[in-house]
This record gives sequence, structure tokens and C-alpha cells, in this order.
Amino acid sequence: MENILLLAHTETDGTLAKPALEALTAALALGGELTIGLVGATVQPAAGQVANAGAVRILAVCGDAFAAPRYATDAAAAEALARASGAALVLAPSTSRWARAIPGAAFRLNGRVDTHATNLAIRNEVPAVSRWFYRQRMEAVLTRAQRPWFVLLDAGCCEPWSGEPGAATVELLPLEVPATRTTVTGVQSPKAGEQTIRPDAKLLFVAGAGWTKKQSDGAVHGAEAEGLIRGFLRAANASLGSSKSLVDMSGEGEAVLNFMSHLNQIGQTGATPRHAKGLSTCCHGEEPHVVGWRFITQRRAVNLDANCGWARGKADVLYVADAFAVMRAVNRLMA
Amino acid sequence: MSIPFQIVVCGSIVPDPLQTLEPVTGSGAPSLKNEMMLPAVLDPWAGHALFEAAHLAAKTPGSKVWLVSLGPKAKLQQVMMMVAQKAPFELVALDGPASGFCDSFETAAALASAIEAIPGLDRARLLLFGGWESASRGAGSTLQMIGERLGIAEQFQGVDQLTVRDDGSLEILERIEGGQHQVSVCAAPPAALGWATGHLPEPRNNPQVGMANMRTIMPALQRSKPAPLPATGLCFASVSLPKQQRETRIVKDLSPEEIAREIVAWVKED
Ligand SMILES: Cc1cc2nc3c(=O)[nH]c(=O)nc-3n(C[C@H](O)[C@H](O)[C@H](O)COP(=O)(O)OP(=O)(O)OC[C@H]3O[C@@H](n4cnc5c(N)ncnc54)[C@H](O)[C@@H]3O)c2cc1C
Repeated sequence: MENILLLAHTETDGTLAKPALEALTAALALGGELTIGLVGATVQPAAGQVANAGAVRILAVCGDAFAAPRYATDAAAAEALARASGAALVLAPSTSRWARAIPGAAFRLNGRVDTHATNLAIRNEVPAVSRWFYRQRMEAVLTRAQRPWFVLLDAGCCEPWSGEPGAATVELLPLEVPATRTTVTGVQSPKAGEQTIRPDAKLLFVAGAGWTKKQSDGAVHGAEAEGLIRGFLRAANASLGSSKSLVDMSGEGEAVLNFMSHLNQIGQTGATPRHAKGLSTCCHGEEPHVVGWRFITQRRAVNLDANCGWARGKADVLYVADAFAVMRAVNRLMA
Repeated sequence: MSIPFQIVVCGSIVPDPLQTLEPVTGSGAPSLKNEMMLPAVLDPWAGHALFEAAHLAAKTPGSKVWLVSLGPKAKLQQVMMMVAQKAPFELVALDGPASGFCDSFETAAALASAIEAIPGLDRARLLLFGGWESASRGAGSTLQMIGERLGIAEQFQGVDQLTVRDDGSLEILERIEGGQHQVSVCAAPPAALGWATGHLPEPRNNPQVGMANMRTIMPALQRSKPAPLPATGLCFASVSLPKQQRETRIVKDLSPEEIAREIVAWVKED
């Protein structure tokens, strides 16, 4: 088996987050000689965390310039670590930080990159990547002749590595901070101050445009919809997803469901999150929406329309009912 | 202070998302069944990039927008008839595959060469735009490699907002984990921005813009150079559709309370 480099960036406390530990599991499963490459303001806590993972070397690029995610510094760090390791395969978790920087680093080494891998395993004696094409519509398994081959592994595809922490020797690479005109100034939280996207939640709750449509009494019930949705999210600790139609309306300034944005959107031009369960309400279940449910294992929907998309093999259960009435009762039971 | 920008948007075409897609494998790279017959649309996130570019150019007099598009010439022509009505731009067309199974490395090489060949492009004022991921390959790696080829190391992905500040610097919001945005300030162009949805609704069709665009689009399509995109070293072992159909249990006769009890029990079970 070829030599492998696992690239991981540290969090603000210097440790590794779950996606990095998941990628470590995938890297170890390949069975080649493993080097771990760390990037961040501090890396010693991370090195201690993976000291017993079986890596032959732990390399690092560290310093204040490498604290914040930024293309110029991250690409330079990834490039330096890949060169120093000499690895043929470079595996990294598909975080927003690596997704931004790794393709550029791969280019600098005249390597190739595959992103959103859902699996990397030996097949016919060579490493093969599984990934989806056409927004989760078809899955392919592919191999490449070029090296180094950079692979970004999607979160939630492997169990995170766990092992006893220990003392680790870190080889620090001297890297001149590349010139950059970019300063990272901070992080902006969602409007309305409430965190509604919870990637680690068991349940995805999807709200569709129906919540903002005229109901059987001829009126729109935006305020009640908002109360029911927020109430359920809190009670069930669920993550909030949306159809495109619903967030497009909020974007165009209608006073309904203002706590949602395009970041909540699931589907073709939205996210494809991973959750054990998904509950769709007031959403028609059209294909461009449902492709975003590819990694939702159990699916249920509430819709007034027995012929909506969910009825056609897209959900396990479709409740033909008024979501307002159902969610009122659900929230009462959850309280 | 507003310095005019030179905005190059990279964006291609993808099958209309309402179409059913089926892979075809054989010798060589996989493709889609009846690929040339499938109705196509402008790749959605690249579309957002184009609309943001046009909006920025309109606010910054003297700016100009190019759309660099690699796809089968005949399909490009069909899609451009619609896109032309949305925003003013000059098309640079490359005649080659728009398949999701092409490699982003090769795509980036072809697009970067086309950008380098744009007459009079002032690279010091260049904003390289595109969608952060395509709806075909969905890789999110092409723009970075174009940027590298053009020597642009100020790069941003998952961009939802670009604000030009009074001093001419660019404030950029990028999507990060947990529904948050990272805020960065880039002192000046050149920069590469892979757009997510942004903030603009799709512009209404404007026939006048369409007429003006078509004057340059047709010659651009005629001039388009072949870009065959060799897929050296990339080998697809399999391409398959997911086992799609679930046995949907359609529950019609339960009261909201009964449904609620079922849902709550389901939510709570491990
Ligand atoms: C290029 C492109 C990309 C797209 N990308 C996406 C994407 O990423 N994500 C996405 O979601 N869509 C996407 N779409 C749009 C998609 O095709 C649908 O238009 C959209 O998903 C519809 O949203 P909806 O189901 O919420 O709204 P609608 O179609 O308006 O459906 C509303 C539903 O609410 C139900 N309803 C109303 N009141 C109640 C009630 N009281 N109780 C129960 N049910 C009720 C109705 O029966 C109806 O089924 C895309 C389309 C295109 C062309």
C-alpha cells in the first residue's frame, strides 16, 4: 500500500474535531504507512490526541498566521505538508476549510483531487473513491493513476477514531507565511440569533412553502407556523431544513419565517445533510428537493396532498393531514 | 471610491434538475443516457455568480462581465438564448463536454487558457467568479485550480455576500459549518469567489439585454475552440443509480392526535 498523509486542521483549542478523527479512521483502514499533518495556531493537543493512532510521523505547520481558515495560508500549509510527507495519497476531512484550500494544494503538486468522497477503500488492490455525481443522483467508484491523489472525505461516513491520548513528537515544518491580502475578521451567526442548523442532530425537520400558504380558512398563519416550528426544534433538538420555495420567499422580504435562510435549504441547490431521521412538513417532495435527502435514513412526511412527491417512494411514511394540527399535537406531547 | 472591476464568471450547463438521469457506462468515461437530448439549464450556483457579477458591475461604472462557458456548442447556444435575457455579459465559449464525469483538473486548464486569451483583460482588477460547486460534478475544485493557474491566491468558497467597502476593499461572507458565515476582508482584487446562493433573486427576463447580448453571443459560439478534455488516469469502476424506491405507507385516516403520537414515538425511538 502507498504512503498516506492525513491532513487535519486544529480547532481554536488546538484539538481535532470529529471530521478529522473520522478521516483518520479511513486513513488507517487503508493499511499504508501513515503520516499525520497538522495545521493550526497550536497543534500539540491534537498531536497528543492521536499519539497512539499508529502514525510513523506527525508533521505540523503552526503559528498565528495559520489559526484562521484562509486560502493562501491553508493551501501553503497543505502543500508544504504534502511535499514533506512524500505521500501518494493525501486524505483530509471535507470541512469548509479544507474544501476551500485542498484543490489548490493538489494543483501545486501536480496532483489530482476528489471531493465529497463517501468512501475510500482498497478495491482490486488499489485505492478507490466512492462519490456521488449530479447532486446525489448517481454513485460512482473511481480510481486514479496520478499521484499525489488528494481525497476529501465527507463527514459522517466513518466512525471517528478513538484511542488513548499520549505524548507525541511533532516535527514542525518551517514555513514562511505566504503573502496575503486577506484578513479573516470573524464569524457571523444566523440572523435572529438562533442556531437552527445542527449537523449532529438525530432528526432533520424540514419546513416547506405550505407553512406560508393560505390555509382552509382562507388565511395565512405565518406567526403560528413560526411558533410551531421553533417549538418543535427546541423540544426535539432537531436541525432545521427548508425547501427552496420557502427560503426564496423569505429572501424576497416577505414577513414570513424570517429565521430561515438559504443556508437551511435542502436539495439540488442546497445542502445534503446526514441525519438518522427526517420529518418533512408542508413540502411537496419534488425531486430537486428530495435529492438533498440522500443521506437521511428514515423519512416521514406530513402533507395535505396524498399525491405529493413523498407518496411516490420517497418517504417511508406519508401522513395525509394538516401539518398545523399535527405539529400542535406533537408539540403538546413533546412538552 | 469604486474602481471598475473585470469580472469573469465561469459557468456551464447542467441537465434540468427535473429530468430523470441515468448513467451509461461502456468503454471510456461514463455519460448520461440521451445526454444531448436532455433539456439543459445554466448551472444554478454559477447562475447566482453571474447575477451577482451583473449586479456588482451595474453598481460599479466601467466594470465588465464575461461568462466563460465550456459545453457542447449546440447545447450552449440553447441555454444562452435564455441566459442572455437575464444580465449583460460577453460570452467566451469553449466547445467540449459539460459532463459531471470530466475531471476538474482538465476543465480548469481549459478555462484558465480561455481567460488568459481574453483580449485586454486587466488581471489586476480581475474578480474570478463561479459557482462553488456544479450540479454535475459537484466537486468544488475547478475554481481553485483556475485561480492557481492565473496566480490568484485570494480565494473564497461558498460566498453569499460581497460588499465593496469605501476604501475599495472587499468584505466577503463565506459559508462555514453550522449555518454560519466566515467574514473576511480582501484588500483588493484580484480574487476568486465561488458563489453559493448569494442574496439576489433571479433577474426578470429583459429582452433589450437579450438583444444586446445575442449580438456577441452568436459570434462567440461560432469562434468557440474545441476543448476535448482528456480524462487521463481517471478510471470509473462503476456508476450506479441508488436503490431509490421506498415502500411508502400512506396514512390517510388518522386524526392529528393519533399521527402526533406516532411521530413522537418515532422521534424518541433510538
Ligand atoms: C434549478 C432548480 C434547483 C432547485 N433546487 C431546489 C433545492 O435545492 N431545494 C428545494 O427544496 N427545491 C429546489 N427546487 C425547487 C423544487 O422543484 C420545488 O419547486 C420546491 O422544492 C417546492 O417547495 P415546496 O415543496 O416547499 O413548495 P410547494 O411546491 O408550494 O408545496 C407546498 C406543499 O405544502 C403542502 N401544504 C400546504 N398547506 C399544508 C398544511 N396545512 N399541511 C400539510 N401540507 C400542506 C401542499 O400540499 C404542498 O404539497 C429547484 C428547482 C430548480 C428548477
